[in-house]
Amino acid sequence: MGNNGHKNPQSGKQMKLVIVGHVDHGKSTLVGRLMADTDSLPTGKMDFIKDICDQQGKVFEFAFLLDALEEEQEQGITIDTSQIFFKTEKRPYVIIDAPGHKEFLKNMVTGAANAEAALLLIDAYEGVQEQSRRHGYLLRLLGMKQVAVVVNKMDLVKHDAEVFYKIKAEYTEFLNSMGVEAKEYIPVSAKLGENIAHRSENMTWYQGPTVLEMLDQFKDKLPEVNRPFRLPLQDVYKFDERRILAGRVESGTAKIGDEVIFAPSNKKGIIKSIETWEVENKPTTIEASQSVGITLTEQIFVERGNVATLASDPAIITTTFDANVFWMGKKHLKKGETYLIKLATQNVECEVAKFNKAIDASTLETLPDQDFIAKNDVAELTLRTRQPITFDLFNDIAETGRFVLVDEYDVCGGGIITGFTPLSEIDKFRDEARYRDSHWIKGAVTPDMRAYRNGHQAAMILITGKSGVGKADLAGKLEEKLFHQNFQSYLLDGRNIQVGLGADMDQEKYFSDGEALRRFGEVAKLFVDAGHVVISTSNVFNHEDHSNISLLIEPTPIVEIQVTNNKFPKGKPEVVLTVDEAANHETAVQKVLDYLKEQKILTGHNYSI
Amino acid sequence: MDHLTELENQSVYILREAYKNFKNLAMLWSIGKDSTVLLWLARKAFLGHCPIPLVHIDTSFKIPQMIEYRDRYAKEWGLNLVVGQNKKALDEGMNHEKGRDVCCDALKTQGLLQIMEQEGYTGLILGIRRDEEGTRAKERYFSPRNKDFEWDFKDQPPELWDQFKTTFAEGTHIRIHPLLHWTELNVWEYIEREKIPIIDLYFANKEGRRYRSLGCAPCTGSIESKASNVREIIEELRDTTSSERSGRAQDQESTYAMQKLRAKGYM
Repeated sequence: MGNNGHKNPQSGKQMKLVIVGHVDHGKSTLVGRLMADTDSLPTGKMDFIKDICDQQGKVFEFAFLLDALEEEQEQGITIDTSQIFFKTEKRPYVIIDAPGHKEFLKNMVTGAANAEAALLLIDAYEGVQEQSRRHGYLLRLLGMKQVAVVVNKMDLVKHDAEVFYKIKAEYTEFLNSMGVEAKEYIPVSAKLGENIAHRSENMTWYQGPTVLEMLDQFKDKLPEVNRPFRLPLQDVYKFDERRILAGRVESGTAKIGDEVIFAPSNKKGIIKSIETWEVENKPTTIEASQSVGITLTEQIFVERGNVATLASDPAIITTTFDANVFWMGKKHLKKGETYLIKLATQNVECEVAKFNKAIDASTLETLPDQDFIAKNDVAELTLRTRQPITFDLFNDIAETGRFVLVDEYDVCGGGIITGFTPLSEIDKFRDEARYRDSHWIKGAVTPDMRAYRNGHQAAMILITGKSGVGKADLAGKLEEKLFHQNFQSYLLDGRNIQVGLGADMDQEKYFSDGEALRRFGEVAKLFVDAGHVVISTSNVFNHEDHSNISLLIEPTPIVEIQVTNNKFPKGKPEVVLTVDEAANHETAVQKVLDYLKEQKILTGHNYSI
Repeated sequence: MDHLTELENQSVYILREAYKNFKNLAMLWSIGKDSTVLLWLARKAFLGHCPIPLVHIDTSFKIPQMIEYRDRYAKEWGLNLVVGQNKKALDEGMNHEKGRDVCCDALKTQGLLQIMEQEGYTGLILGIRRDEEGTRAKERYFSPRNKDFEWDFKDQPPELWDQFKTTFAEGTHIRIHPLLHWTELNVWEYIEREKIPIIDLYFANKEGRRYRSLGCAPCTGSIESKASNVREIIEELRDTTSSERSGRAQDQESTYAMQKLRAKGYM
């Protein structure tokens, strides 16, 4: 069997179109007709197909031009998507013929997800059917903006305008209920070639464009250069002395010298170079839809899944979000099961936290009290991931606002993100810190200048341990010793924040909803920004709160001094002192100072006062 | 962004996804224009390196210049070349006179199967394109093959938003097709833009004949042509009305010949 594609090989920017609709409403016939009428068939192709039809005792059909599989021709239905190339005077097209049979929905989705515009076919004789509606719903879910409805087989209804307008009214109402508008409704007969490439003489009541004219009116999808910068990392390459971060820019632009923040880890780096091979002019900027490789001025640990963003437009980071999902799996999508979510280059385990609404996509009716969805149905639901995941809302940035769900080995569902919950405190603090840092007004005195003058970096020293082990005494001595050595030290007790800044709040609430921790952390942030070594004790906090304080004062280090007689200290303290050691203030303080020098937090003064 | 750059960016993305997701990956290099463009794109993707081994299936019937070209560039570009051959079938006298589809299956498909088993590859990158012929038009970028190498074209995975099938059961493998969305003309335009060295069998000889598609000597016909360089091939293709693989005898063997060959694991 020869080429079923095109006559003239194509160059130029193709527009990708998909043709969808109910089974047997004439999708393949329309594509075959488009090829024939645009003179896109290779020599002998038509005769070849006619010969096969003669051999098999069948009447020639245009659909045979593209149903390449033996089964497709025997059964007369398209099983898988096929892609056909043709061109008009305006531009080349690749047209994706997507199957209309309910069983092959995943193939329809495959075709439609990759297209820039869609033609939805409705049989004039049969009218709006189950898949007409399901496909319409899915087009919306897939983010398709350019849709024209083609009412086919007008010859079977005697080219009656009334039939056409009735279908148009019915389907318009359906689309409107989802907030979608079709660009056009076109009455055609694909079999007879009416209103495809040539205007029909039997439907002079129709003044709108033919199918070909409609196609030429669709607009090319342009890369999203004006949206916030997003570069999800695919990989990190170390083939030679360069450490190259590779990925595709999904939206926005960035340039050499820009500081990028990697979500969800919040690590920062500055773009040092844009790496290429066999390119004449080395680029200095990167933009949406480019596959790029960049290096950073400093080596930080980042990996596949991290998304590079700019500080001015951070991405959302959370574990809980709302989505509209369609399901193609053989097993139901249900609560209690673990699925893998693939979003940009992130792979994270997740489960359904809540079914907000299960919907029958063929009628748009809600399936009441249903805590699962079956194959070919859709749902509005809340998903929860095991680890924080980074994304945008689908309406803000489509490329980083959509995902697929994998069950065992197979992609079984897809979805778009419509909302999110900053669920835990960690999420709240991370969001707060990110927002604050990106809006922070910096003075002319930099942290480096302060560190040079002070003879030390800013740091937070947190003394932990059970009550009665002498934490407060040690903290006071440490502050004093540092002060006498001309270092900027300050004892910040949680109690002082509580009685002052926290005085406006109900005291029980002050501790229970994390506000004590937040206010303490923000005050500490101001002191470390001023270059101080802040010393505190954990009296008012429990152990897991460390990481939250750490989030708020990043990138300043926290040094934990744990006073305990336990051989296995809690967490990972930097310095461990027994209760007896802590009681001997002089040696205990010296041990802490040695550690601070070793870590180059205390660097010493460069001049004498 | 011009259309060739757009195609290049998409192919680079796919190659990088393949490299990250498959521990034991290989790329098929037939020496033809498509797989040579693929090799060039891999060097773009990996910034001058080709960290993926290149598998060449030697049927022993290839046009001799193809082997010369292969060995020259393998050396010049520092490639990790792995040659596979179904020696048993050749010893038993397999050739195209036993039937073209039988020969293709034994020397190409089975030859490939043997080297894949030997090397334990779980991902195989190929330079096929949708516009070549009908069954390829239905392919996926990441296309699974079962334990027996078979392609189940009736039950293919969904592929949307560039999320590909990268998880699979033991014993099965994935075919990866980074050039799927290119056309024949795109390939030549890209060769021209990038100045990729291409085997001269594609250019018209003194007798005014050239190959449009390369394969084994007995089953690959040349076409009448005056096109002696890349630019002239591009001009010629713009006016042609015959299909690219019209010189490939195995395609014309019977109705659905390609479907049958490809279902069994042919490229």
